[in-house]
Amino acid sequence: MTEVRFTVNGTAQCVEVEPRLTLADMLREECGLTGTHLGCEHGVCGACTVLMDGLPVRSCLVFGVQAEGAEIRTVEGLAAADGTLNVLQRAFQAQHGLQCGFCTPGFLMLATWLLEQKEGVDEARLREVLASNLCRCTGYQNILAAVRVAAQEIRVWREG
Amino acid sequence: MKPARFAHHAPRTLEEALALLATHGEEARVLAGGQSLVPTMAFRMARPAVLVDINRIAPLDHVTVAGGSLRIGALARHARFETQVVEGALGTLLARIAHHIAHPPLRLRGTFCGSLAHADPASEWCAAALALEARMVLARADGLREVAAEDWFQGVFSTALAPGEMLREVVLPLPAPSWRGGFAEFARRAGDFALAMAVVGLRLEGGLVGGARIALGGIGGQPVLAREAMALLEGQAPSSALLDEAAATAARHCDPQEDMHAPAEYRRELVAVMVKRALRQAVSA
Repeated sequence: MTEVRFTVNGTAQCVEVEPRLTLADMLREECGLTGTHLGCEHGVCGACTVLMDGLPVRSCLVFGVQAEGAEIRTVEGLAAADGTLNVLQRAFQAQHGLQCGFCTPGFLMLATWLLEQKEGVDEARLREVLASNLCRCTGYQNILAAVRVAAQEIRVWREG
Repeated sequence: MKPARFAHHAPRTLEEALALLATHGEEARVLAGGQSLVPTMAFRMARPAVLVDINRIAPLDHVTVAGGSLRIGALARHARFETQVVEGALGTLLARIAHHIAHPPLRLRGTFCGSLAHADPASEWCAAALALEARMVLARADGLREVAAEDWFQGVFSTALAPGEMLREVVLPLPAPSWRGGFAEFARRAGDFALAMAVVGLRLEGGLVGGARIALGGIGGQPVLAREAMALLEGQAPSSALLDEAAATAARHCDPQEDMHAPAEYRRELVAVMVKRALRQAVSA
């Protein structure tokens, strides 16, 4: 067993894990943060996307021990402490960007990273980045619309 | 879908990493981006007893121009190549290729050298290494050796890497100012493994083609050079008819494999189209 110290959504964590435990399983089973979902467990679907030191990673393709010293952000960190949804979450709700919701945490974290890029977002970049993850319900159009609306609301949208 | 047990080491220096590889030999694998190795472990197609995680060895994260070459360190991630890492046609070609590798999150983590070490038949960097005459710099605890791209690939997921060695760096010779590159691939969806791809490089001097290289990827166990097509182009003016003939020649002489994604003859037709597109891109650049 290996001791791993890191932060999740700003809260310090210290857990003991086997090296083979993925970051996704570490978050779910050791930290009790089950908002991160595991779809395929081999890096194809993107449902388990979290931000590690500011970058989106498939948390099924990173081992928990590799998070030593890292800052992790998960879907649990998006809403305010009182449960008020953030801009992106509200846009997903308003635009019907989810149906069953399984892929949603991964899309939210991927889009969170996209909206934080200093160069802003245009239609081509939006499509390139969101093509990273799979959704079996929505047909994607409403997910694209949700992120587009959120980008416009926080003024990072660029007309292509 | 859970990897088998292994011991994890995260050394801070290259020397420590090489000592670990020397000690554990065939039992050990290098973990860089992990975007190919970890899925392979999840499927238990790979069960290394020891992972030597090089992510904390900062000096390996370099892409530098030195001595007429582009030197790419073991930790240089794919995303780094999306913006020109070197001026001129080589940087442009690498950027074009980088945009076709998987998806943005995977490009932010996966590494150039890792792709060459994994040697997936559909890897863009593997085909590029062959077209661009890459040299692999292999480090081990007691020395270094270099292997040319043409000797590196030894079948599906197989390379000349020996137990105890690490692919420390890939060296791409900087091409002449008259050199141009081209790349084309076909995949059913953005980010999928390509069914066929072509990477080409050639010099255009006095209106004639020199030193043409055409690498094909995604069609068999490893990337291959389309030698007959390369020979056909040598010393010729790159007319549209000549490029068509070179593309047809590459397709005729290649040996595409059939799998669940595409029949062999479909891949052969794709090769003709991809080579033609890559050549046109190169000569019109």
